[in-house]
Amino acid sequence: MIDNLEACRVIEKNRNDALVVTTMGAGNPRFGWPVVSQNETMDVPVGGAMGKASSFALGLALAQPDRDVLILDGDGSLVMNLGTLTTISERAPSNLYHFVFDNGCYAVTGGQPIPADGKVSFKEMASGAGYNATYEFDNLEDLASSIGDILKKQGPILVNLKITPEIENTPINLRPKAKRTTPLAVQELRQALSD
Amino acid sequence: MEQAEAVLHPQAIISELRKNNITHVVWLPDSETNFMYEQLMADPTLELVPVSREGETMAIAAGLWVGGKKPVALIQNTGIFESGDSIRGLGLDVDQPLVMLIGYRGWDRHGIVRDSAAKFTEHIIHAWGINYYLVETDADADRISLAMNEAERDAKPVAVLVGTEFGA
Repeated sequence: MIDNLEACRVIEKNRNDALVVTTMGAGNPRFGWPVVSQNETMDVPVGGAMGKASSFALGLALAQPDRDVLILDGDGSLVMNLGTLTTISERAPSNLYHFVFDNGCYAVTGGQPIPADGKVSFKEMASGAGYNATYEFDNLEDLASSIGDILKKQGPILVNLKITPEIENTPINLRPKAKRTTPLAVQELRQALSD
Repeated sequence: MEQAEAVLHPQAIISELRKNNITHVVWLPDSETNFMYEQLMADPTLELVPVSREGETMAIAAGLWVGGKKPVALIQNTGIFESGDSIRGLGLDVDQPLVMLIGYRGWDRHGIVRDSAAKFTEHIIHAWGINYYLVETDADADRISLAMNEAERDAKPVAVLVGTEFGA
């Protein structure tokens, strides 16, 4: 299993000038992307909208074909929006890299298992949907040694990461708030991309 | 002399999209807007982004808009019901000036509306505080430009209800 923050750290080391869209555990302000990001203006946390962070990333990738777009998705988010796999495959943006932080549960709501946990394979689903390539890693070393080559390949690519769950049981109002909200990040990135 | 029935031609809508420099149409086909499909596909200035389910449209449109493009959404009113959290989170909350062209299934100006999809459509749009325009004939098509201007001015989604099934 891979530590959530360490997975983010490896991805950050390889991001170059990519735009990064995060959701759920991958975007957690204590143990996720905001802790390691070196270019937060080019990051967009998409926390709500029922698993639509990958859909937002698709739009961004189509609008900015000369930049890579990395989506750090959750497994619970992906099962909530499974049609995104065929929608992404249909337009097949070569600059879209879809990382799934697969911890087997809804960690932000207390750790309840996602449907078909232990049976579902997002790697196989993405492959069946028509992604250009798919990968799965359950240890940090293999991810670290492979990610550079993966990001040189033509997307869309899905990379499923077996992540150790970071279960949150405190009431949402008592959890640390992200410094950058979705509306703020959207406005900042839109401005930055138009400059 | 019998008066010819007014109709809505696809070109009337497409010319409005072109006039407003729309770059992408994010859509899921339905019977109210199917009549536009072939002409949309053939138009070199418009890029179609087909979705698997309607809730994706606002999120994809948000990404396109942040990336510097000017999309519209094109879905049926039944899909609007399904899209609620996307409209909230990635439409209204982020001030996206998105025009949503919505096939108004069940709408009938001349009779009693029995289809619950039509019965609830305007109530739901009202609940979000989203303004809307009705387009039934070619003469109404310029309301799309009104919607575009309003969306940009107020930095929020605006709806256009397409009330003619199968168009012309």
